Amino acid sequence: MNSVPLVKSQKIKRGSARICFDITSYILVGFVALICLLPFIVLTSGSFSSEQAIRFTGYGLFPKDFSLEAYRLVFKTPLTILRGYGVSIFITVVGTSVGLIVLSLAAYVISRKDFKYRNQFSFFFYFTTLFNGGMVSTYIFYIQYLNLKDSYLALILPGMLNVFYLLIMRSFVSTIPMALIESAKIDGAGEFRIFKSIILPLLKSGLATIGLFLALGYWNDWYNAMLFMNTAEKYPLQYMLYDLLQRTQALARIASQAGIQVENMPSNTLKLAMAVVATGPIILVYPFVQKYFVKGITIGSVKG
Amino acid sequence: MMKYFSSFVHEFKKNRPLFIMIAPMVILIFVLSYIPMSGLVLAFKNYRFDQGVFGSAWNGFENFRYLFSSGTGWLITKNTILYNVLNLITSQALAILIAIAITEMKGKYFKKISQSVIFLPYFISWVIVGTFVYNLFNYETGLLNSILESLGHESVNFYSMPGVWPIIICLFNSWKWCGYNSVIYIAAITGIDGECYEAAEIDGANIFQRIKFITLPSIKPTIITMLLLQVGRILRGDFEMFYQIVGNNGQLYNATDVIDTYVFRSLMQNSNLGMTAAATFYQSILCFIIIIVVNQVVKKIDKDLALF
Repeated sequence: MNSVPLVKSQKIKRGSARICFDITSYILVGFVALICLLPFIVLTSGSFSSEQAIRFTGYGLFPKDFSLEAYRLVFKTPLTILRGYGVSIFITVVGTSVGLIVLSLAAYVISRKDFKYRNQFSFFFYFTTLFNGGMVSTYIFYIQYLNLKDSYLALILPGMLNVFYLLIMRSFVSTIPMALIESAKIDGAGEFRIFKSIILPLLKSGLATIGLFLALGYWNDWYNAMLFMNTAEKYPLQYMLYDLLQRTQALARIASQAGIQVENMPSNTLKLAMAVVATGPIILVYPFVQKYFVKGITIGSVKG
Repeated sequence: MMKYFSSFVHEFKKNRPLFIMIAPMVILIFVLSYIPMSGLVLAFKNYRFDQGVFGSAWNGFENFRYLFSSGTGWLITKNTILYNVLNLITSQALAILIAIAITEMKGKYFKKISQSVIFLPYFISWVIVGTFVYNLFNYETGLLNSILESLGHESVNFYSMPGVWPIIICLFNSWKWCGYNSVIYIAAITGIDGECYEAAEIDGANIFQRIKFITLPSIKPTIITMLLLQVGRILRGDFEMFYQIVGNNGQLYNATDVIDTYVFRSLMQNSNLGMTAAATFYQSILCFIIIIVVNQVVKKIDKDLALF
């Protein structure tokens, strides 16, 4: 008889702890989500504002004095921006497809349990994540010995050398039962035939996942372009954006130091419009590809 | 040796297609990762472009002496380590909090949408993040300053205040990686056996006790793996982040320069490459030693948690 009120009070306590937790967690998650979204809103609304409004009152959450001036300017010289898009699409497509072939082949071999040197090769790849030559020697070798200055190869090759992706791919491959390979062998199929007609079709979700990681990396890459590209015509979109930001920023700084007004140049909104144009494709495909990234990250975290 | 070689030849003959399949990756890694490692000898040389990496004259520890006697070596090492420790703690703690909150949530739509939104910054290039930072903090038009002004305060020039940048960098680091890291922790939490929670429920544990005694201990292996991975990189700042957030603001270098940004700047300005090579040399070597040591320590404590 005694235990009934005890249980009841415990239940109430538990209930109030639950409510307290729920309120805190909803506020926390909601707040963080808002912070994650806010910059995108400010960016987009800024790009649709007029330059004067931005200059006098700064950025805000809603477009001030709605204007398409910045976008008109971005697309006024469509060749420049189209070229940037072209370069980015080119390195993304080539890098992703070649990268997928190279990575899936290597991942298949190191996951073959009957391959004697699989551990040695795995270590050979893995070691580069522990130790590397550093920025200086890599830069000098790429420029002086491999002659990659101003070459698209300098934008494509570094992105493929991702051992982390190789290990995720290996996890995908190792879900394919070994018996399938053995029975194909007995039927007289060669290794390349097995890879093409058995492994690749079963590896679709792995290829999609790693392909998206690779594509995202290529699309967002500006670092290799900054190191290796000299010609403005060969800049990928992100680096083109960076270059533009630097120039207008430098221009604005010089102008404000010298007390000159750069009135006719909508530099602030122009930058934002460029940023929107460069980020747009990612935001558009994001809802459809998010689950693949979640999958890849989850597999990668379960010990590579 | 002979025996090893002949068994290799045998294996090669037997599995030639497999060797051909793995060859592209091996060649790429060898040419683009292993060969440049030999460039680390530059740290002990007086590099001249016309003489190349191997033709340049040796000069012993001269480069290291310069690097550290000028004070730069210590400053950038200190900054790199401090930033990494700060970023590591804040970003992981936030990700764990978010992951726990999201997995405990009941509202399906709120859960899904907020998770997607929090994951979004991971997909944005640092160039765009740099734009965000500039538009938030710049003196003339920045959002923060326009808010300050509308509240009747004076504008603040953040770009001449080195002290606030560790906080800004730390915030943006957490912002960018929160979604990514929380995906990992959410996966770990959903992997916990549901029976544990049911048993706790029957025993009358409230939600905080459940988190403290079940959730956190269960995701400990994941937390340790994440820390291990990060600790190994403790001497490598996230170059893209530092470069895009800070840019070329000389006023902020003392507070924000890490080894990578310093190296990059000297590389681009072609100033004292020897000193720069010395910095990357000890960065690479120390990183390697730290990973090995930390991994051995973890192995001693719990064999399953070690990386290799």
